[in-house]
Formats: sequence, structure tokens, C-alpha cells
Amino acid sequence: MNKAVSETVVPTFPPGVKFRFDSVRNAWVLLAPERLFMPDEQAVEILKLVDGVRKISEIIDILAARFADTPRDVIATDVSAMLHELAAKGALRL
Amino acid sequence: MNAIPPPLGIVCELTHRCPLQCPYCSNPLELARAGAELGTDAWLRVLDEAAALGVLHVHFSGGEPTARKDLPDLVRRASANGLYTNLITAGVLLDAAAIDRLKAAGIDHIQLSFQDVIAESADRIAGLAGAHERKLAVAKAIRQAGLPLTLNFVVHRHNAERVPEMLALAESLGAARTEIAHVQYYGWGLVNRAALLPSRAQLEFTLQVVQEARARLAEKMVIDYVVPDYYAQRPKACMGGWGRREMVITPTGKAMPCHAADSLLGFEFPSVTDTPLADIWSNAPAFRRFRGTDWMPEPCRSCDRREIDWGGCRCQAFAMTGDAARTDPACALSPDHALMLAVAEGRPEAAPAFVYRRIGHAPASVSAEPVPAEATV
Repeated sequence: MNKAVSETVVPTFPPGVKFRFDSVRNAWVLLAPERLFMPDEQAVEILKLVDGVRKISEIIDILAARFADTPRDVIATDVSAMLHELAAKGALRL
Repeated sequence: MNAIPPPLGIVCELTHRCPLQCPYCSNPLELARAGAELGTDAWLRVLDEAAALGVLHVHFSGGEPTARKDLPDLVRRASANGLYTNLITAGVLLDAAAIDRLKAAGIDHIQLSFQDVIAESADRIAGLAGAHERKLAVAKAIRQAGLPLTLNFVVHRHNAERVPEMLALAESLGAARTEIAHVQYYGWGLVNRAALLPSRAQLEFTLQVVQEARARLAEKMVIDYVVPDYYAQRPKACMGGWGRREMVITPTGKAMPCHAADSLLGFEFPSVTDTPLADIWSNAPAFRRFRGTDWMPEPCRSCDRREIDWGGCRCQAFAMTGDAARTDPACALSPDHALMLAVAEGRPEAAPAFVYRRIGHAPASVSAEPVPAEATV
């Protein structure tokens, strides 16, 4: 039930969470209090679109346009699952 | 090629000075005096070297790190270097102006310790009258400044019943994260073990409360829970493995794989004053000694958890058996596990008085002071 509502939500990085490129590891890292996440390629593409302005639906639209071979609802499921997983760990606010 | 992955975090213990005297302090029994502390320039260089090495998190700790007047300068440099800056503080020296200075310098997160939720008990544990009230004010000021806050509660027989109120306090203060951490019995905690060790019933209660709160507060507050080893079946992955993720720099500049590894007799730890951090991390014999799994005895060597718990805690093995290379006695598979059980079973009915953490206050009979550790479940 929460899923239908959630596409209108604007995901943000809460205070104390930083998403940045680490040039030593040549990888994007998500840094939170006492937590470190190494997002995979797909997650990186999603997180790069988290800007505090875009709604989840807009993030999905951009990715759907970029990956035209993949149905929008498949992308929507992946995006929603990833964002909720990070929210549960305190690394994202929904 | 066998390049060692760089450390993820560095703990900068800026000083051993602290207005509090908690009997479970993770500092060694031999506390460094102010005159022996590294200067600002040396710490700035450490922060530069850490960033170049690939460190991601820097934890400014102590003692009480806010006792150092150059703390904002160190935070500023770490932040400019792209490091995630975390302040681990008791808070009693902070006020709104100091918090603003730290914020302007780029502090990313503040972890504030509490000793209890009842002022009288909290102040007795801290050994400082009025500490609890000040911490409450500081927590509010941190949130007012818009900084993310973790509340840290160290749990033991004198406050375990109040874990529900601790979580409620964290929630009411707007903490995004809370640590419910049982005392780790090394150093001062080991000296005070008989006074602090909870009963099994207390331990089970705290775990149950944490599990319920995690379910209730999902997506609102992260709760980290650290167990005491004495009732464990398997050891914690102390520091995430020796020389694998973390590095600790003491107030005098000694680099160690964990907070009090210099309790391990026969070890020489290099100093950041004469050896580059990258060289220490890759090459120092003390860092290589227990890295990975090659050093392991049985039952660790053939255990399918050897890359989960990394053999547990070296300092605990040393404190309990006199041999740092043995399996952590916290493990039920350890031939020394009975030593842990005996301590838990021999827990006194009435708690003895605290030996407070003070410079020069360590009992002469205790010469070794092993490590604290993070064991998150």
C-alpha cells in the first residue's frame, strides 16, 4: 500500500549522509554514521539522480528513457526496492 | 599482486584528558598526559596521509576530543580532504557556539554519550555532578544546529533495565541513530568487570527491547547493539578483523589496529611521527601479525566462520589466556571458553564499588589493558 504513495515522494540524503566518488578505490561510496555502502553500478545510476528535487517517479522516468529495452514497471520495482532498503538503513530519507 | 585494501576508517584519539571518569572507559589504564600529545601539525599531516591512503571515515575521539582547542582546525582539514568527519564526545565541554564552530568546520556527525536516563545514576557512573543535564542541553543544541546525532548508551548491570527509556530519550531528542552497547571488558572495563557485568536475564531483556524497537522504528532510527562477550556463543569480529578495516592513532601518535592493542606484550607499534601511515598499514609487523587467516590456530583455521569473525578479539585472548594468538575464549568452540563461563557464573550478587577512570588511578595489579571493540549484530 505504501508503494503506490511512494512514487510521489522526493528521496533525499539525510544530514550526515554523503554520496561521493572515491578516487582511491575508483568507486562511488555512500557514507553514513558508522556505515559505509558500496553501491553497485545500477544503484549508482539511481543514486546519482537523487538531488532532493526529483520525485521517485521522475527518477524512474529518466531511467526508463535511458534503458528503453526494460519495461518501466521493472525499473520502478528495482528503484523502489533499492531506495527502501537504503531508507531502512538510515542512508536515505523517503 | 597482493595489495592490501586501504583502511576504511581511522580513529584519532586526540587526547586522554576527559572530565568524565566512567569505569568502563576504553582508554588504556596508562593514560597519556597532555604534554605527551601530538601537536596540531602532526595531526594535520595524519589527516592528509589518511585521505591519500583511502580512509573514508575519520572518528575524532579521546578521552574527550573537545578538550583540544584545535579540534575545529582538524575537522576543517579532514573535511577539506573529503573525509567523513565523526565526533565521538561526552559533550559536557560543548555549547551552542562550539557546536556552530564545528559545523562551520564541516563536522558531518556527532555521537554523544549518555551514561543513563536518570540524572543521579548517570552522574554517579560518569563521576561528574551535573553531567547528565549538560548532555541533554548539548543534544538539543546539536539538533538545533541541524547536525545529525547518534546517542550512545553503554549498558551494564546498573542501567540495563532502562534500555526502553534510553531508546525513548533518543527518539525524543531526534537522534537518527542509537547505540545500545554493552560494556566491553577490557582496560577499565576489565578492572570493573565484577561491578558492571549484567546478568543473563538483563542481557536477554536488552536484546528483546532492541529487537522490538528496531521493528517499531524502521526507517526512523538506526539502532546498533553491541553484546557483552561473556554470554556469547561466537566471538565478535573485533574491529572487523585485525588490520583489515580500521586504524587507531593514540594521543601520542602510536598507530594500532585497535584501541588498546598496546596491552599485547611483545608488540611494538609504529609512530605516525616517524613512519608514513601507508607504510604502517601495509608493512608494520604489528599490523600484519594477525591480519587475515594465516595466523589462526584451530579451531579457527578450519572454521567456516573464520572470515566472518576473524578469530574474534586478540586482546581478549591475551587478557584471558596470556596468549594473543589463541582463539577468542568468547567462542564456544575455544578450548578456553570455560574461562568466560566461569566469570559469568561467578558474577557477584552485590556489585563492588567502581574504580573510576583517572590518571594514576589504575590498580597496580592490573598491568595489561586490552581492547574495546565494535561488535554490531
